[in-house]
Amino acid sequence: MSAFKKLNRRDFMLMTGKAAGTLVIGTSLASCAVSNRADTAKKQGADGEASSAGKLSSTTEGDLGVFVNISATGDVDIICHRAEMGQGILTSVPQIIAEELGADWERVTAVLGNADARYGNQNTGGSASIRLHIEHIRQMGAVARDMLEHAAADVWAVEKNSVKTEQHHVVHAKTGRKLGFGELALSASKLPIPDAKTLTLKESSEFSIIGTDVKLQGLEKILTGQAIYAQDIQLPGLLIASIERPPVVGGKVKSFDAAEAKKVAGVVDVIRLKDREFPTNVNPVSGVAVLANNTWAAVEGRKKLKVEWEHGDNADHNSDVYKADLIKKVNARAKPVRLEGADIYAHDFDATKTVEATYTVPYHHHMSMETPAATAVIDDNGRCQVWSGTQAPQWGKGLVFAELGLDAEKDADKVEFNTTLMGGAFGRKSKNDFTIEAVELAKASGQPVKVVWSREDDVQHGFYHSIAANYFKAELNDDKRCDYWLQRVAAPPIGWIFDNTATYLSDGDLSLGFADAPFDVPNMAFENQEVSTHVRTGWLRSVGNINNAFGLGSFVDELADKAGISTRQMWMNLMGEDRIFDPRKEGFEGYTHYGQKGEEHLLDISRFKAVLNEVTQKSNAEESLPDGQGWGISVAASFNSYAAAATKVAVIDGTVEVLEMHTAIDCGLIITPDRVVSQMEGAMIMGLSMTLESEITVKDGKIVQNNFYDYPVSRINKVPSLHVHLIRSDKAPGGVGEPGLPPILPSIVNAIFHASGTRVRNLPVAKVLRV
Amino acid sequence: MVQITLNGKIMSLDADPAMPLLYAIRDIAQLTGTKFGCGLGLCGACTVHLDGQAIRSCVTPLSAAIDKRVTTIEGLANGINVETPMHPVQEAWLDNKVPQCGYCQPGQMMSAAALLASNSAPTDDDIDTAMQGNICRCGTYPRIRKAIKQAAKTLQSNQSNAVNAREQEVQS
Ligand code: FES
Ligand code: FES
Repeated sequence: MSAFKKLNRRDFMLMTGKAAGTLVIGTSLASCAVSNRADTAKKQGADGEASSAGKLSSTTEGDLGVFVNISATGDVDIICHRAEMGQGILTSVPQIIAEELGADWERVTAVLGNADARYGNQNTGGSASIRLHIEHIRQMGAVARDMLEHAAADVWAVEKNSVKTEQHHVVHAKTGRKLGFGELALSASKLPIPDAKTLTLKESSEFSIIGTDVKLQGLEKILTGQAIYAQDIQLPGLLIASIERPPVVGGKVKSFDAAEAKKVAGVVDVIRLKDREFPTNVNPVSGVAVLANNTWAAVEGRKKLKVEWEHGDNADHNSDVYKADLIKKVNARAKPVRLEGADIYAHDFDATKTVEATYTVPYHHHMSMETPAATAVIDDNGRCQVWSGTQAPQWGKGLVFAELGLDAEKDADKVEFNTTLMGGAFGRKSKNDFTIEAVELAKASGQPVKVVWSREDDVQHGFYHSIAANYFKAELNDDKRCDYWLQRVAAPPIGWIFDNTATYLSDGDLSLGFADAPFDVPNMAFENQEVSTHVRTGWLRSVGNINNAFGLGSFVDELADKAGISTRQMWMNLMGEDRIFDPRKEGFEGYTHYGQKGEEHLLDISRFKAVLNEVTQKSNAEESLPDGQGWGISVAASFNSYAAAATKVAVIDGTVEVLEMHTAIDCGLIITPDRVVSQMEGAMIMGLSMTLESEITVKDGKIVQNNFYDYPVSRINKVPSLHVHLIRSDKAPGGVGEPGLPPILPSIVNAIFHASGTRVRNLPVAKVLRV
Repeated sequence: MVQITLNGKIMSLDADPAMPLLYAIRDIAQLTGTKFGCGLGLCGACTVHLDGQAIRSCVTPLSAAIDKRVTTIEGLANGINVETPMHPVQEAWLDNKVPQCGYCQPGQMMSAAALLASNSAPTDDDIDTAMQGNICRCGTYPRIRKAIKQAAKTLQSNQSNAVNAREQEVQS
């Protein structure tokens, strides 16, 4: 069947909020894989809530992913149904379509799609928008081009293969005749949709838009203050809600006194949110909301609330005690997930040739600049309109249906879910707890309500990157390779929020740089330790790759030091011959491969080596340095891309100064080079504060940190010169938003070791050195 | 009613004079280019100009703006460059493709414009000092440095053009 469809004007209007042009074609992404994370969530036991959430991960035949809309004047709108949070997807998806279409970029406008089940999966996470969907996105452009070419050939009564699309026109080379897209749109719209399989896509050598730095969509609006984020929604009669939430996960309101709060000028109402049960899922955590006619009144009113809490079972969670316990656990035998060769426990490790180490990372928070916000209004007929800055509009929309007791199919037109730009997200905004708060309060108050989170709310009620301990033990042989290798991980699984009986990391979690370690070591064991969970854990930029790459990248550096060779050489020795590495054939049957079904994304050892060599050469990381200075390198593959980092530091009198940072990235085919560079810059800067200074800790079940003063993030004066080295490639595209981060952490601690001899195994560095 | 001059227009705002200027601008005057990031003067997302000085509007009461000129990102270009709707700082931001998510950028540009108004050729250190109160979680700092230097050059050449024009006028 052809997944491409012509659309009627009414549908187009519903899905985009824009008037339809003359030729409107939509395409389904149903045949493509869906977001890896949504899959993972589902596998982890999210069945109940997730499937009532409607389209979390299911797509059906009729789903329409992207659109091309050509007006009679020749203006082309390309609808991007993926969420924009700063990664540049609003440029990259249209860029791919414009390439195949032969459009003039100046005449292309990107439009952010609303939440609509017919788009197919919209959950924007897992750096997946392009790597999982590129074929189809390209075909979308090719279908529209083919129809325009047919229309032109009909007009001129010539063979279709004698015409060609160039710069927004179809041309007949022989006679030099030319017709613009606008002139052809109407007649093209009357033609049947061709079978996409019969169309030839461009060769990469023919690309003139893909791989070039086109003008970014939406940039002027950002620069003039006109861009609309979730915090910026204004409606007549809008009330602003500020919510006091239970300090401990699973806690409840015991009693509250709103008398003083209600006296604050501007406060309109105080509403207790309903209690929610375990598993927490992505539900609101309940609490008491102060509603006022401006933000300040809501904030001031909230300060006057008196609330008594019942803290529940997690009030005895203390992260320092928990971390000590994780270290103990990860040092004990656990459940095997990948076994190769002989029984590792039967081997007698030679202490003089063995390195054994445990590494930890603390909980982390996303800290996007824009705190969560959402607006909802329900009219007299029970129709609900929502505006939310979310990475998961349809998942959110499903939750809105559930919250209002509506049926996603029968009551489809009762919910309108508008997506806004996001002021950063990094995984936090795939959870729609804040959206549901707005819906609950709009219903309870009968007024339009915007829920606005303070920075303290954001820091204390997040979905944190899991605190984690990684253990390694390996024995070197005389060739400075390893014959015996044991590694374990202990970390609270993200699946716990969906199923609170989950105590082990899932296969999906273990596929994030843990059991997929691409090594040629004859005898290996990888184990997964059982743990309990006490805070809401969640996806944060590259997820488990953060702790797994930190542990592995540090450990390889320690092995290299023991062997007396360079860190780069140690990586080469461990990886062995160039080859395609399929973890499923190396004893890790559960490998989830970032949601990829095909073979083209399997790990390629030569690409690992190439980025490592590139970053070492370009940074000159093997130069000799004066005392007190050091280079550190590391490499990691994630989301089907390969990234290597090199960092240079000085450590003087116990104070670390980062002098220079480099990243080499091979993400396969590059769509928008400048946005790849900007994502790598961003990842280096995020990795810097994550390694050096920030951590989330928990005392008596409550998050200790509050704001930028106690969860510091990199500021301009701490950022050294940054260098990004892009590897140009024709390979299938990999992710870009996340893969830059994992190798940064080990590159920094390795540099500190080479500069000072101090090995930091427990992050952040600030616990042992001044930063 | 509190009277302020917002982006060149005199406005009466129906708000408590103790209300932080940020909320008066966003909720009462309904100009949303100025952003909330921390509420404590720590991040710079809410930076506006008060009589030309960069201030954190989240910790400045509306009363402090009475009879003063408040400029937000929406008014930054006003009166500076008639041919384009952008201030040289905004143009430099455009050329260097500074923003990622863009949320911190109004505050960044307001701080940068204030820096350049008092220091026409800032060094890296000057930039780091003036800009360290503005956080960008997406990590656009290297581009901010570049863009500020570019804007400094544009402003300098605009100025010398203006001086030349004035001299010519005097001579003729
Ligand atoms: S919101 Fe004012 S400095 Fe952060
Ligand atoms: S561009 Fe996103 S916070 Fe600065």
